[in-house]
Amino acid sequence: MDFALIQTSLPALGQGLVMTLGLTAFAVPVGFCIAIPLALARLSHHRALAGFSRAFIYLFRGTPLLIQLYLIYYGLGQFRAALESVALWWFFRDALSCALLVLVLNTGAYAGEIFRGAIAGVDAGQIEAARAAGMSWFVRTRRIVLPQALRIAWPAYTNEVVFLMQATSLVSLVTVTELFRSADIIAVRTFKIYTMYLTVAAIYLMISYAIIFAFGLVERRLMRHLGPAAPGRSIHARALAILTR
Amino acid sequence: MFDLGGFGDELAWGFVLTLGVGVGALAVALAFGLAGAALKLSPRLALRFAGFVYTTVVRGIPELVLIIVLYYGVPHVAQNFMRLFIDGFRLDFNPVVTAILVIGMIYGAFMTEVLRGAFLAVPRGQLEAARAFGMSRMRTFWRIHMPQMWRFALPGIGNVWMVLIKATALVSVVGLHDILFWADRAGQSLREPFKFFFAAAVAFLVITYISERVLAVAEARAARGVRTVRR
Amino acid sequence: MKRVIFTAIALVVALATAAGAQEMKKVRMGTEGAYPPFNFIDQNGQLAGFDVDIGNALCAAAKFDCEWVTQDWDGIIPGLQAEKYDTILASMSITAERAEVVDFSDPYYQELGVLVGLEGTEYKGSFPETVAGKIVGAQSATTHENFARDRLGESAAEIRTYDTVEQAHLDLTAGRIDFFLDGVIAVTGGFLDTDLGKGYQIIGPEIVDREIYGDGAGIAVRKGDDELRDALNAALKQIRADGTYQAISDKHFGVDIFGS
Repeated sequence: MDFALIQTSLPALGQGLVMTLGLTAFAVPVGFCIAIPLALARLSHHRALAGFSRAFIYLFRGTPLLIQLYLIYYGLGQFRAALESVALWWFFRDALSCALLVLVLNTGAYAGEIFRGAIAGVDAGQIEAARAAGMSWFVRTRRIVLPQALRIAWPAYTNEVVFLMQATSLVSLVTVTELFRSADIIAVRTFKIYTMYLTVAAIYLMISYAIIFAFGLVERRLMRHLGPAAPGRSIHARALAILTR
Repeated sequence: MFDLGGFGDELAWGFVLTLGVGVGALAVALAFGLAGAALKLSPRLALRFAGFVYTTVVRGIPELVLIIVLYYGVPHVAQNFMRLFIDGFRLDFNPVVTAILVIGMIYGAFMTEVLRGAFLAVPRGQLEAARAFGMSRMRTFWRIHMPQMWRFALPGIGNVWMVLIKATALVSVVGLHDILFWADRAGQSLREPFKFFFAAAVAFLVITYISERVLAVAEARAARGVRTVRR
Repeated sequence: MKRVIFTAIALVVALATAAGAQEMKKVRMGTEGAYPPFNFIDQNGQLAGFDVDIGNALCAAAKFDCEWVTQDWDGIIPGLQAEKYDTILASMSITAERAEVVDFSDPYYQELGVLVGLEGTEYKGSFPETVAGKIVGAQSATTHENFARDRLGESAAEIRTYDTVEQAHLDLTAGRIDFFLDGVIAVTGGFLDTDLGKGYQIIGPEIVDREIYGDGAGIAVRKGDDELRDALNAALKQIRADGTYQAISDKHFGVDIFGS
C-alpha cells in the first residue's frame, strides 16, 4: 500500500466523490418521485396502468444496470440522426444526462417494487376506516396509506439507496468520471492497482455506513410511536444490523 | 432486425457462459453462505466477528470494485500462498473458474444473511425435541435443522439469485467472453451497438422470467405440508 | 475435521495441477483483441492482426509452443504480473513508467500518435491551441491518454477515456468528443479508412513527444524474465533478417513499419 500516493490522489478522488454523491443525490429523490406513482399504478384497477407499471418494473429489474447504461449511451448514440430530428440529441449526447436517466429509471423501478409491497401491506382496516370516513382515493392515499407504507418500506428502501450509491460506480463505464473512475485513472497510470482500489473500497464502505446511519435516524423518527423498545432506537445498532442483517 | 451479422454463435456461447458462471457462482455462494452463517451463529465472539467483517465489508463495497480487486487479487494471493510451500508453484486459474469463485464469494455475504435468518426461523421446539431424543448436535443439524431451513431460505435465495445473475454481466469488464462481452464486440464491429445490447437485454429478461417461474414452483413445493391460513 | 481440511487441500492441489501443469517452452502471449488492425477478433471469433501474426512468427523462430490469451487493456499489465500470460504483444509503447514494472523487448515497430477530428478542422499551430475548449478522447491506460492529460489537460474542456478504441470511434462520430488521440497506423487502418471514419481526418502533424510516447511498441515480459526477453529479441532479429517481418508488415500495411 502506497500511502504517499493516496495522499497525492486525494484531490482527484475528492472530485470523483463529489460526482458520485451528486449522482446519488439526484437519482434518489427523482427516483422516489417516480416510484410512488409507479407503485400506485401497479396496484390500481386500471388494467392498462397496472400493465404498464408491471412491464416497466419488469424491464428495469430484469436486466443488468450495465446493459441499461450501454443501451442508452452507446446504443442510442447509433441513432444520432433520428434523435437530432426530434431535437433530443443534446440530451443523449451528454454522458452525464444519459447516466442520470438510467439511474433514475432503474432506482424508480426497484423502489417502485418496494413501495408496492409496502402499500399492499398497509393494514386493510385502515383503508376501510378511511373509506367509511368518506375520504376520496386521493385523500386517503395521501393521508393514510402513503405515510404508513413509507414506514413499512423504509428499511428495504434504505438498502435500495445504498445499492444505488454503489451502482454509480458503473457509470464510469460510460465515460462519467466518478469516484471509481478517478481511482482507476490513477491506478492504470502508476500501476498501484491495489492501493487505489482498496482506498476507494474503503471510501465506499464509509459512504454506505453514512447513508445507513442517516436513514436510520429517519427510521427512528418513523418508529417513535412504538416507544423505547422500538427498532431504530439505537442508531449504531440499526446501522450495523442493516449492513449485517 | 434479427440479423446478428455472423456473431450469433458467439452470442449463444456467451449466453451459455453467463448461465454457467451464474449457476456456478450460486453454488459457491451457498457454500460461503453456509460457512458465513455458521460463523455468525457461533457461540464464539471471534468467529461471530469474522462473519460480521465478511458481510459488512462485502456489502458496503460496489460489486464492480470487488470483482476487479478479487479477480486479480485472489489468484495472486493464492499463488503466493502456495509458493510458501512449493517453490515456483504455478496456479493456472482458469478465468471462468476465477470469475465463479469471485462472484460466489461476493454473494456468499448476502447468502450468509439469508441462511442465518432461515436457520433462526426454524422453530426451536424442533431442535429441542431432537436433543431430547438424544440426537447428537451434528445429527440434529443435518437431519432436522438443515432440511427445515430451506423452506425459509428459498425466497431469500431466489432474491440473491436474481441479483447474482445480473451481476454476472460485470464479468465482461474483466474480459470474460460472456454475452455482454460479445454484444459489445459485435456492436462495435458492426457499428450497431443498439441491436446487440438489446439482444443481450432480451436474453436477461428471458433468464429472469424463467427464474421467477422456477422459484414460484420451488417455493410452493418447499412449503408443502405447512398449514396456511386462507385470507 | 482434520479429514475435511486434508481433503480440501488435496482437492485444491489436484484442481490446480490439473488446470495447468508447468511445461517448458510453453509461452502464453497476452493481447487485447480490440485494437484493429494490430490485434482484434474477427467475425469467426478468432484473434487476428499484425501483432498476432508477428507473435506467431516469433514463436516459430524461437521454437515456442504459443498460446494466445486476451485481456482487457487496462488490466493487461496486472494480468502479466499475476501470471495469466507470459508476454504482452499488443502494440504497447515502451515508456519509462511502464519499464518500472515490466521489462520490454526491443521495439518491434514505431508508431506515432496523431490527433483525429472532423475534416476541415484547423490546426492552430500547436495541439493545446487546437483543442482549446473542446473535448478530447483517448483509450484508457495508453500513452495517448497520458499525452491528453499531461499536455492537453489544461486547454481542453474535458478528457474522456474509453475502454476500447471502438467505443471512442463511436463517440467521435456521435459528436460526443471533438478529437481523438491514437496511433497513426491504428487510427488509419481501424477508423479513417473505414465507412465510419468518412469525414474525419488527421489534424496537424504526427506528435513528437519522446517523454510520453517512449520508444516504439515493444513486447512486455515480467520483470526479471530475462530468458524470455532475450529469446524474443533473438527471434525478432531473426524474422527481420529472413524477411518474415517485412512480409507480414506488407500484408497488413503495404509498407515496412519497423521504423528506425
